[in-house]
Amino acid sequence: MKFKPTEILTHVILILGVLLMVLPIWFSFATSTHDNIEIMTGGMKFFLGENFSQNYNEVLNEKGGWSEEVTAASMFINSFIMAFGIATLKVVISAMSAYALVYFRFKLAVPIFWLIFITLLVPLEVRIFPSYKIVSDLGLTNTYTGLILPLVASATATFFFRQYYKTIPDELLESAKLDGANSWRFFIDFLLPLSKTMLAAMFIFMFVYGYSQYLWPLIMTTDEKYWTVVMGMKIIFTENYEGVALPRTGERFAYVILSMLPPVLVVVILQRWFIKGLIQTEK
Amino acid sequence: MSFLELKNITKIYPNGTKAVDETSLNVEDGEFVVFVGPSGCGKSTLLRMIAGLEDITSGEISLDGKVINNIDPSERDVAMVFQNYALYPHMSVYNNMAYGLKNRGISKEDITTKVNDAAELLEIDQLLSRKPSMLSGGQRQRVAMGRAIVRNPKIFLFDEPLSNLDAKLRNQMRLEIKKLQRQMDVTSVFVTHDQTEAMTLGDRIVVINNGIVEQVGTPKDIYSKPNTKFVAEFIGSPQMNLFNCKIENGNAKIGDVHINLENSINIQDASIGVRPDDIQVNQNGKFETKANLVEYLGSDMIIYSSIGNQDFSCKLSSKIDVKAGDNFKFDILSPSVHIFDNTTNKRV
Repeated sequence: MKFKPTEILTHVILILGVLLMVLPIWFSFATSTHDNIEIMTGGMKFFLGENFSQNYNEVLNEKGGWSEEVTAASMFINSFIMAFGIATLKVVISAMSAYALVYFRFKLAVPIFWLIFITLLVPLEVRIFPSYKIVSDLGLTNTYTGLILPLVASATATFFFRQYYKTIPDELLESAKLDGANSWRFFIDFLLPLSKTMLAAMFIFMFVYGYSQYLWPLIMTTDEKYWTVVMGMKIIFTENYEGVALPRTGERFAYVILSMLPPVLVVVILQRWFIKGLIQTEK
Repeated sequence: MSFLELKNITKIYPNGTKAVDETSLNVEDGEFVVFVGPSGCGKSTLLRMIAGLEDITSGEISLDGKVINNIDPSERDVAMVFQNYALYPHMSVYNNMAYGLKNRGISKEDITTKVNDAAELLEIDQLLSRKPSMLSGGQRQRVAMGRAIVRNPKIFLFDEPLSNLDAKLRNQMRLEIKKLQRQMDVTSVFVTHDQTEAMTLGDRIVVINNGIVEQVGTPKDIYSKPNTKFVAEFIGSPQMNLFNCKIENGNAKIGDVHINLENSINIQDASIGVRPDDIQVNQNGKFETKANLVEYLGSDMIIYSSIGNQDFSCKLSSKIDVKAGDNFKFDILSPSVHIFDNTTNKRV
């Protein structure tokens, strides 16, 4: 098979793009399998080393923190709970509020929608002090509820669901009504199955959003038990090792690689619907 | 008391548009009634009010002896076939048909029997596991019908169900709907803008214009004795010719020719209506004019022409040899003439 020069050029550009994306991750992974002295003397590694199991084992099981009780594994669990909670609740609440806005034509539906929409202009970082005040007054610091609840309202997802519901023909609702479906049944039997690709796509976005939260868990949690992965990245393995002031770069890279896994898994599992959700609808 | 009764039904939309104005109508049990009229005349609104999808501004609808104004659509026991079918895209054909039954709490076995029976009747039993997106237009139409049939409702409502089909399929489905309705003997209301559908399907036709019922009657009544100028022009294809003229002592003058009408009446401003196929083309006709355009339809042909400055068309057997540009002679015979008063637009 012969390639035209333009085809070769496009492939070169694409391959460069792929390398740009993949190489840093590969370097991190390769480095994470090396001994710390080797990394110290030789810098980042391109080839795999022999310390894979040792490094990853230490990351997952070594107890750290002031209390010497926190492991990276517990941080993963915390992050997963937080991200899963945020994603699930965000999707459920957004789908339901969009349903209300589109199908129940109450008087203030449009102003309310815009009110929801402008919250996009006020991200958590901007309102972090009032949010903290409220959550702490409710006694929710150092709880999962406190980690999750302030982040579950989502203007973006509400907007996407609203736009999608608006494309569903009215006759479908009318026909369902004649078939004896009440508004709850219409939501469960029609809107949810019809928007399942949308649900998957939103879930992925929101999971990654929840997973990568840094500032909120940082100020919300004083108890190490509630630390999350992203917080841990800053503080883990910074102490000296066996009395020698040798940075534990191998373990830290191993930690970074592990921290990527949960979102990647979610994407891999849901991507079939996710891609469908972006390019087509089942109508 | 009739099976379906509409009493002084009025619908005014929030923006002030009057879609239906003081309409009253009785439909007997098992009857097939067709609402026909141009787009936007209020026929669909009227149907949707019967279904309960549209609020009634004033008036009263009763079905099977019960006033249903404020009864939820799901409890009215009506089934509707929509113009775009409104099939449930995420459900198989079986579930599309079974959904309404499930909501009524009917047992699984009964549902299966009913769905299978209906599917067999409509010859869609091979398609039960398919999704609507995998069906052709005609098959979707059948599924939509099936969904209505399984419910065994008191009344079928059809909202222009044939307008998305191609001409051949439309004729075929029209016959099937008629056959099915006869077979099941269910009261049906069918909305269409197509006068052919109305004529062929209806036991009775309701001609609606601007939210007002112009005439109710059997297809034959409506065709042979249209009450208003609107009905005269709307029913029949090609449409009826209306000649403006003055009638003095039963003597109407069209162009230079007088027609003696059967009764001696005087109307200053009248319209004489003649169906295109009632115009008699013959060698000895009193009228003579030039054919402007000739449309050949196979067995028939349509000649477009004018007398004085009034256009008209006539339909005749294509065995007669008239070409565009030819002069031809014809007669308008008094028994086939419809007379309308232009001030009231009503039949005289």
